[in-house]
Amino acid sequence: MAESDNIVVETAEKIFADLADPQTINNDKKGSWQAPLWQALSEAGLPLSWVPDDLGGSGASLADGFALLNAAGRFAVAVPLAETMLAGWLLAQARISSPEGEMTVLPASPRDRITRDADGALSGRARGVPFAKAATHFAVLAHGNDGISIALVDASKGRIESGLNVGYDHSDTVTLDKVQPVTIKPAPGGFDQTTLMLMGGVARSLQIAGALESMLDISVRYSNERVAFEKKISKFQAVQHNLARLAGESAAALAAATSAADAIANAKGFDDEVYLEAASAKIRCAEAAEKGGAIAHQVHGAIGFTIEHILHRYSLRALAWRDDFGSESHWAVELGKLVANRGADELWPLVASR
Amino acid sequence: MTAALRFDPIRLPEKCEQLRKEVRAFLAEEIAAGTFDPHKPNREDTDVPEFSRKVGAKGWLGMTWPKKYGGQERSFLERYVVTEEMRVANAPTRRFFVADRQSGPVLIKYAPEHIKMDILPRICRGEICFAIGMSEPNSGSDLFAAKTRATKTDGGYLINGTKIWTSSAHIADYMIAIFRTSPPTKENRRHGLTQFLVKMKQPGIQVNPIGQITGQYEFNEVVFTDFFVPDDHVLGEVDGAWKQATSELAYERSGPERFLETYYVLTELVRAVGPNPDTRSAEGIGRLVAQLHTMRRMSVSVAGMLQAGKEPVVEASIVKDIGTVWEQQLPHRVRDLAAFVEETATNRETLERQLDFAIKTAPKLTIQGGTTEVLRGIIARGLGLR
Ligand SMILES: Cc1cc2nc3c(=O)[nH]c(=O)nc-3n(C[C@H](O)[C@H](O)[C@H](O)COP(=O)(O)OP(=O)(O)OC[C@H]3O[C@@H](n4cnc5c(N)ncnc54)[C@H](O)[C@@H]3O)c2cc1C
Repeated sequence: MAESDNIVVETAEKIFADLADPQTINNDKKGSWQAPLWQALSEAGLPLSWVPDDLGGSGASLADGFALLNAAGRFAVAVPLAETMLAGWLLAQARISSPEGEMTVLPASPRDRITRDADGALSGRARGVPFAKAATHFAVLAHGNDGISIALVDASKGRIESGLNVGYDHSDTVTLDKVQPVTIKPAPGGFDQTTLMLMGGVARSLQIAGALESMLDISVRYSNERVAFEKKISKFQAVQHNLARLAGESAAALAAATSAADAIANAKGFDDEVYLEAASAKIRCAEAAEKGGAIAHQVHGAIGFTIEHILHRYSLRALAWRDDFGSESHWAVELGKLVANRGADELWPLVASR
Repeated sequence: MTAALRFDPIRLPEKCEQLRKEVRAFLAEEIAAGTFDPHKPNREDTDVPEFSRKVGAKGWLGMTWPKKYGGQERSFLERYVVTEEMRVANAPTRRFFVADRQSGPVLIKYAPEHIKMDILPRICRGEICFAIGMSEPNSGSDLFAAKTRATKTDGGYLINGTKIWTSSAHIADYMIAIFRTSPPTKENRRHGLTQFLVKMKQPGIQVNPIGQITGQYEFNEVVFTDFFVPDDHVLGEVDGAWKQATSELAYERSGPERFLETYYVLTELVRAVGPNPDTRSAEGIGRLVAQLHTMRRMSVSVAGMLQAGKEPVVEASIVKDIGTVWEQQLPHRVRDLAAFVEETATNRETLERQLDFAIKTAPKLTIQGGTTEVLRGIIARGLGLR
């Protein structure tokens, strides 16, 4: 695993290694690992990384937070770390303080809309909201007649229908029916639902890239242990080539995701160039999850298909993360429209902008 | 662990953007003057000597080389910008590209000083063309099976044998080639090859053109019969070319030319679908752009590693593998996506003409410069599997 040179990531990796070892988690059917892991992460201030000090957070940089999400992906952690980070970030856009505890953001899909009526009450339905059931608060982006607002909502005020995504994590439908938020403020100029989706998409991209790094690691390791036809399977050229392709997919995912993260961390706003980076990351990482995940399973044979083995903790989550904050199909259509609209001669200048 | 596979998000420094503007302005002028047509990748005039001289005069050849050899001591990232702008504009770079990318750096590392002083400035001025003499009829992927002999004689070597698939040999002034100076040893079957600088257009060399399925003539068979190469044209260690050849290939494998060769059909598709594409075209274009963008970010990252003095052999192989597979599929994807574009759409004709050529070009893309299978072998080695 990449050596981190960053204190936030170092802290997180230590916590993950101690309390979120995938094998231990996989063996623990009762989920008793969750509380200590969340507590340790909270004590280290990680869930509120992106919330400034004066709003109750630890005020880490965007870049550090992104690196933390990549590390979380490498451990495929199944606690609402990314979600709470995103929620805190969203609230901070409107200078709303973050409470303690688990949070998530809504909507989590570009197709859902929460609206705000004249007296500030929020209504609407958001599907596929990750970890809504575990959250004590929601950070909500809402459309009103006079523009976009950001609100902190007490989770018990919403109706939650539980669901599970393909990675067996909670992905719930949240319905708000004239819910009065704890706090609501206008979003800053230019901030809209697309901004939230792009940011969420990049978070998921970094997690997918991390999961792929781990899938590559465990697949290489396994191929060097498993013997068939009196040889380690790593010595078969067909297996080597599959692993080389997995390395390519993993590298592409990591490059796309870290490039997008770097672009957001260094840009003033979400302009076309950042849009290209963020949308591309989500599209390319989702494609890598599909292709790379398939190879990782192929190399592992039947053992990787068992619930006892840890491979599915990465492969299924990476597949599930494709759906959050806009699938690759969604972003591909949107990016394609943007490119077509700018015109043929503006495509290369857009691609070569950094 | 995968620590080796990091592609840091290198950003091109400000001076690259200035340079990019200059290159675009220059290319626009050349296009306006009729030097080349950016919409015609299949043109016959791929060799345009005046164009090479103009690029040289701009200081865009040998950009990273020492000033005393005519170079500019600029960064790999600046060179990267020039390369990608030329490629995307379909500029006629055939005459200078190999020398600039590959042969020059080899000479800087291994040639005697007087040869460097003679040849490098001429490359920088865009006056001379290089070819690469590695492959032979029975030695392609397995480079170390090369048989063409260099036999020691008074003051030099006599060369006998045949090189093949040698791009640009028909216009080249020089070739950097590997020849067999002794048999392989039991311990090291890579032993016994030596790299030489060969002056073309001399008695004893015959260049026979070989047609390609695109209808073009770009590579050749090169037959050597008692061809004399003087001692000071030996490059590097006698019998030790294997080390040199592999690091040379890192340059050949990482650049923007490894995913942009069929790029023009994507631009033309965007033109043909117009500003309001249907959902199917929009999605297809979006995916292709996301894939392109990702490869370019990886490739820029490798350029950053070269700039930092690293030898990113595995990373370069990954970029070439993903990049060439992509540029090979691109014309077929574009053809799919263009299926419902109105027959009367503007540029439909240009698109079809370009597709015809790109589809014929596609099969070679995963062969030249090392096949997909060979690259995956290198990546597998980097993963510790071999
Ligand atoms: C357009 C073009 C331009 C070229 N220009 C030049 C040039 O300027 N100079 C030059 O020296 N060469 C040049 N080449 C040659 C190129 O480098 C070789 O074609 C390439 O290295 C493959 O060698 P080969 O053609 O002999 O195929 P082979 O080596 O015979 O390979 C045939 C097939 O077998 C596979 N194969 C071979 N060995 C293995 C293995 N160990 N494991 C798995 N699969 C394997 C290959 O991947 C390929 O699919 C050019 C080629 C093309 C197409």
